[in-house]
Amino acid sequence: MEKNKTLASLQKYAMIIALIIVVAFFYWKTGGKILLPQNINNLISQNAYVFILATGMLLCILTGGNIDLSVGSVVCFAGGVGASLMDKGVNTWVAVLAMLGIGLLVGIWHGFWIAYVKVPPFIATLAGMYAFRGLSNVVLGGMTVSIDDETFINVFGGGANCYVPDLIGNSETFNMTCMVAGIVAVVLFIGLQMKSRINSKRRGYETEAFTGVLVKMIIISAVILWAAFKLSNYKGIPTALIWILLVLLIYGYVTTKTRMGRYLYAVGGNEKATRLSGINTKSVYFFAYVNMGLLAALAGILTVARATSAQPTYGQGYEMDAIGACFIGGASAYGGIGTVPGVVVGAILMGVINQGMSIMGMDANYQKVVKGLVLLIAVIFDVVTKKEKK
Amino acid sequence: MKKITKRFPGVLALNDVSLTLKAGEVHALLGENGAGKSTLIKVLGGIYIAEEGEIYIEGQKVTIDGVKAAQENGIAIIHQELVLVPHMTVAENIFLGREPMSGHFVNSKKMTEDAQQLLDAYHMNIKADMLVGKLTIAQQQMVEIVKAISFNSKILVMDEPTSSISDKEVEFLFATMRNLTAKGVGIIYISHKMSELEQICDRVTVMRDGEYVGTKVVKETNKDELIAMMVGRELTNYYTRDFLEPGEVVLQCSHISDGHMAKDASFEVRKGEIVGFAGLVGAGRSEVMKCIFGLTKGYKGEIYIDGKKVEIKSPIDAMKYGIALVPEDRKQEALYKIQSVRYNSTIEVLGSFIKGIFVDNAKEEEITQRYIDMLSTKTPTQDQLVGNLSGGNQQKVVIGRWLATDPRILILDEPTRGVDVGAKSEIYAIMNELVKKGMSIIMISSELPEIINMSDRIYVMNEGNITGCLDRHEVSQESIMKLAAN
Repeated sequence: MEKNKTLASLQKYAMIIALIIVVAFFYWKTGGKILLPQNINNLISQNAYVFILATGMLLCILTGGNIDLSVGSVVCFAGGVGASLMDKGVNTWVAVLAMLGIGLLVGIWHGFWIAYVKVPPFIATLAGMYAFRGLSNVVLGGMTVSIDDETFINVFGGGANCYVPDLIGNSETFNMTCMVAGIVAVVLFIGLQMKSRINSKRRGYETEAFTGVLVKMIIISAVILWAAFKLSNYKGIPTALIWILLVLLIYGYVTTKTRMGRYLYAVGGNEKATRLSGINTKSVYFFAYVNMGLLAALAGILTVARATSAQPTYGQGYEMDAIGACFIGGASAYGGIGTVPGVVVGAILMGVINQGMSIMGMDANYQKVVKGLVLLIAVIFDVVTKKEKK
Repeated sequence: MKKITKRFPGVLALNDVSLTLKAGEVHALLGENGAGKSTLIKVLGGIYIAEEGEIYIEGQKVTIDGVKAAQENGIAIIHQELVLVPHMTVAENIFLGREPMSGHFVNSKKMTEDAQQLLDAYHMNIKADMLVGKLTIAQQQMVEIVKAISFNSKILVMDEPTSSISDKEVEFLFATMRNLTAKGVGIIYISHKMSELEQICDRVTVMRDGEYVGTKVVKETNKDELIAMMVGRELTNYYTRDFLEPGEVVLQCSHISDGHMAKDASFEVRKGEIVGFAGLVGAGRSEVMKCIFGLTKGYKGEIYIDGKKVEIKSPIDAMKYGIALVPEDRKQEALYKIQSVRYNSTIEVLGSFIKGIFVDNAKEEEITQRYIDMLSTKTPTQDQLVGNLSGGNQQKVVIGRWLATDPRILILDEPTRGVDVGAKSEIYAIMNELVKKGMSIIMISSELPEIINMSDRIYVMNEGNITGCLDRHEVSQESIMKLAAN
């Protein structure tokens, strides 16, 4: 029995262990460069889209392993429309709303065919992948449209000033706001953990071993503090991080605490049972895809802001990064299993591999080979451990 | 099979189990769920390899280390879930993997002819060139049997073959089995249905908790003794039912029809009453209930609750009027196996503890615990995955889920299917408690003893119509079968 327990917890934290190994590997291969403050910063900013898209993708995957292949094209389309509007002098916020509106419409388009007409998601979104890539080209006229709207660029994390200004400290080299934010986050995190633990104890509920929880809390707190320290030594909190955190917190809550969240798991776990329960399963699929469209638009906004331009080729392969992050993060290819924290680990792992290989100067083609293999290994691990359990 | 022992991580699934099968006999294997019957069969079929023990066939010691080896030794297993390819013909299924060839090509003409010959030899009214997907469950089972025989099997294992076929089809199945035993085939027969033992089996071996309990000649034993062997204790009152005078009519349905399986059903249910629905599989019982629960679009007929006509167009409407439905197929239609007991218990009543964006976790746990206690569901914690519970406890979770909606009319479709004897008895006791508190229960059941002992009144259906209503004083297996078969 003891052995089983160790094995179970090993499985539970397998991806975290994998992450540590991968980080250690790149630390060694890049001579420590990967953990330089600037690279930590880039890891977050450059991979913001992975976090956002993977969160949306998780909701689709939960409904039964359904994926959305169109997100890369939608990122480009929404970004392209926004860039063109701003190029014509449209107000920043009108452009932002237009981009989000386009995301919603795309989501409704996909959601309608998938939920109400029962077109397989793979096909419906494959069609979208072509169509919206084409439309992006039309909107941009096949050219690069640059963005010089300062507000837009700063708020969504592009250019040189895409950091939360240092409100507390006045040092040139150390961003006090960032460090304080990190400390506040850790205190909040520990507080919430303790509160839920005390609550379950009080209700006479079986809780995890305290040492295990303690180790987990210490590790997570240390990582947060360490990241905050690194960022403080660079330019502070990148604004992209604010958007990432916002999305992760909202969707972490939606998936675990709301009715729609539970329905997502229900539909993926047993669609027939859900229908027999009087739950409108169509609206659940519809929600997942509309939401995906919206988040794809947000990712589009962050992508064009970071590049301060829109190009017809933006967003290519983003769908694969998002899908990869979900499966690496423990989502089941059959639906019904997966969490937002899992996706975070998956997205970071994807990001570290992206970043590490770039720093090593690896050929972009080989990078793709490695990413493909990582995804395959993650799914093999999932399949094999499930088989063992049976 | 001698002294077979099989361990799984943390569990001793089989401990020193022995079984002797004679040529030409039907040997029943009895035991509650989790007793180790399936594991024993899987060892015989080469799906699992036992750590200890030996297998002898016709006196010769054999090693069965895989499915292929089992086939070569003349062992064929017909699993509970049929494993045929629906898009292929009957003949293709029978000869799958060993198609008769002419040169490099499959000789489909010969294959179809050979298959037809086999089918005809057992008087099966099936065409070899039909697609398997178009056959009924019972016919598919026959195809499985023919497939097994075509291997020249000497030992045939049947795992609950009658769980999803009608009584008439069971008769035919038994006739086929007698045909086989006459030719010297030995059959190991797993079933939960006691009544079938006398009809078809010669000897019976009982297992409990992975151990061998004993072997009896069917003619020299009786049901009570066997049940006592299975559960390890005497079940004095297997059925619990205090018949009280029912109250006023709460549900009245007239001329319910879905235009397909359910043709014309009119019936009423009183407060504090258990109303049984008997009939053959495919008689339209479940379909009628699906109409009443709002699952069938565009059904015809009228529904009255407390004498007032109501419109039920969706399960949400049905729940509003206090109707709950525990479906027939637990695994397919009710359980979220990869989710916890708590998740499964509260999915119908999320509104009572999730208000807008606020969640009351304590309330959720309290609701879950209430029904765990009430139904004495055996689960280590509320966080246990439902898929890890036994069939009986899974069923209790599903019943609890619907009781949480506080229904007035509870529809139970085959509530004890795939549930072991001990849990069955507990479910009967719970049903008795519920109606005593004033709930009304509609129970669909294909097990005649169960429906006869538990119901105040029994409606019998045949081909979509209600052919009669029997009071509990005038009911008997014969009177039901007469109405059911017409």
